[in-house]
Amino acid sequence: MIMQIAFDYIFLIDKIVLIACVLALSLLVAMYSTWGERKVAGWIQDRYGPNRAGPLGLLQPLADGGKLFFKEEIIPANSNRFLFILGPSLAMLVACMTSAVIPWGDILEIGGRKISLQIAEVNIGVLYIFGVVSLGVYGIMLGGWASNNKFSLLAAVRGASQIISYELAMGLSLIALVMLSGSLNLKDIVEQQRHGLWNICYQPLGFLIFLVCAFAECTRTPFDLTEADSELNGGYHLEYSSMKLGFYLFAEYINMFISSALMASLYFGGYSFPGMDSLGLSTNVVTMLGFGALFIKIIAFLFLFMWVRWTIPRFRYDQLMKLGWNMLIPLALFNMLITGGLILWQQGH
Amino acid sequence: MQALTDRSKMVDRKPMTFVERLYLWNIIKGMRITFAHLFRKKVTVKFPEQKRAFSPVFRGLHILNRDEEGRERCTACGLCAVSCPAEAITMEGAERKPGEEHLYREEKYAAKYEINMLRCIFCGFCEEACPKDAIYLTETFAPANYKREGFIYGKDDLLIPDPKTGK
Amino acid sequence: MGIQQILFLVLAVISVITALGVVLSKSPVSSVLCLILTFFTIAGHYILLNAQFLAVVHIIVYAGAIMVLFLFVIMFMNLNTEGEPHKRNWLKYAGAISGGALLVVLVAAIHDTTMPNLQAVPTDVGLIENLGKILFSTYVAPFEISSILFLSAMVGAVVVGKK
Repeated sequence: MIMQIAFDYIFLIDKIVLIACVLALSLLVAMYSTWGERKVAGWIQDRYGPNRAGPLGLLQPLADGGKLFFKEEIIPANSNRFLFILGPSLAMLVACMTSAVIPWGDILEIGGRKISLQIAEVNIGVLYIFGVVSLGVYGIMLGGWASNNKFSLLAAVRGASQIISYELAMGLSLIALVMLSGSLNLKDIVEQQRHGLWNICYQPLGFLIFLVCAFAECTRTPFDLTEADSELNGGYHLEYSSMKLGFYLFAEYINMFISSALMASLYFGGYSFPGMDSLGLSTNVVTMLGFGALFIKIIAFLFLFMWVRWTIPRFRYDQLMKLGWNMLIPLALFNMLITGGLILWQQGH
Repeated sequence: MQALTDRSKMVDRKPMTFVERLYLWNIIKGMRITFAHLFRKKVTVKFPEQKRAFSPVFRGLHILNRDEEGRERCTACGLCAVSCPAEAITMEGAERKPGEEHLYREEKYAAKYEINMLRCIFCGFCEEACPKDAIYLTETFAPANYKREGFIYGKDDLLIPDPKTGK
Repeated sequence: MGIQQILFLVLAVISVITALGVVLSKSPVSSVLCLILTFFTIAGHYILLNAQFLAVVHIIVYAGAIMVLFLFVIMFMNLNTEGEPHKRNWLKYAGAISGGALLVVLVAAIHDTTMPNLQAVPTDVGLIENLGKILFSTYVAPFEISSILFLSAMVGAVVVGKK
């Protein structure tokens, strides 16, 4: 009994350390995504991007963060104070919660104990992500409504309908993947790809739909109708200042990071890389290499997010809805049908 | 209909082909263009370290000239003020006293000479109007200032140092 | 008391309080927010019952989609206290009578029921694999019929959108 309790405490400490690491990593990556975004924007527009604060402008995120902390906090006079503060907090909380089910690596062996680099190994990982992502809209809605500003309200309503619409196509595109893998646990999905081909080979159409939906769910350009500077003056965070604005901006980058990790895990093999099992190295080294591989994939996806942002102009709202309902959902259904048919055909043989 | 210029182009109103309607291919084409721009030479001039060279006809801040012996050339004739389209130049003439021959070249000189750099448009008409070669536009520009008064340049700002004494 | 009972008590208290908040709060937006919290605590109950799939689907469908639409509608209505239309008296009485009748029925129903003697048996029915097996064997006909209903709703939405 005592042994049992002692073991549980160690397990708890493991998990707490892991959660702290993942949170710190998400925040760090989000910080440097802002830097990366501005660098990529600069390069694409034949400029240098930030290059004053520190070498290559690497201290720019710290300077920006410091600035946001010291700016004046403004709460509009006629706003709902509680909801106004709840909005950005919720956006940040939800963004940080998603990382719990993503397998960041295989197994580390420390002192004879095996530590899985996944915070929560639940058998409904994909559904959990859906649940959390569907809550992400509350941050936008509450913030936009509580600001008591018509532009914010419009952005909130746009955001809500956009996210709900694209969640459908996203779910349908994932169902095809789940039919293939037969598991909702992200770790199982990654392990299957480790011993076979990556899922992108089986599900190119599904991946494309998922990618477009991921852009829409993160409200990134070309689907950033919730911000739409040219028509809504910045949208749902129009009335926000100081670190509350920072939270909203940060949440967007964390969402990008997590959806990159998710796409890498679901379609591009996660922490596995070709020749992973034939290296002949110790488990820990292979695990760390695997984490490196996952990180490289994530950075590639983050670059894609930025690259698209500085290439494609924003959709009009009716075009957005048309794409979601008239193109992506039928395509996803079609993809599901084809996948199901092929699986049946293969089982018949 | 006859085209007015050879650069005019008819708008293409053909219905979109299937590939164009897919939209995906056009996105990829656009992405390729932006990707190529990542490696282009950057056009930015990193200002404080790097300075863009002025063109040979650049017109900047004014100076008031002296002759070889260090005497002021300006005679306060007012032609520069008359020619100035922005009315930026004001001056007050004064008569040279005996014993001031080493200071002023001719019997009349400018006791006060002011150019408002906020009004000045740096057209260089004053330079062209001057019959005495007294005013020139240089290759510098007026530095920033916190107050409007700081942009009204007087004689002590404009006069070049005496070539003999160096002051 | 085991950790499960403590969790259950905490969740139960929160869910009762938030459910009361739905009815009692003046502003409709805070009503909706309370309802969302209630859904979360109910999802917590599902997890305690080892039905993780139900819990997550509950959150996705109710908290994630339906309540967003509720909030959506409420945000568009200008529900200030000054703008509220004057309620007629007979409406109040009608509400009180129908509510009271419902209460009587509920109390009578609860009074007459006998609780079966439940044992704490660990069940795995709520886990996704078992649930899937049951849905596709015992309850396959209702499941398929409802799925066709959903599909036709989705196709209908697309058709309406295409017009």
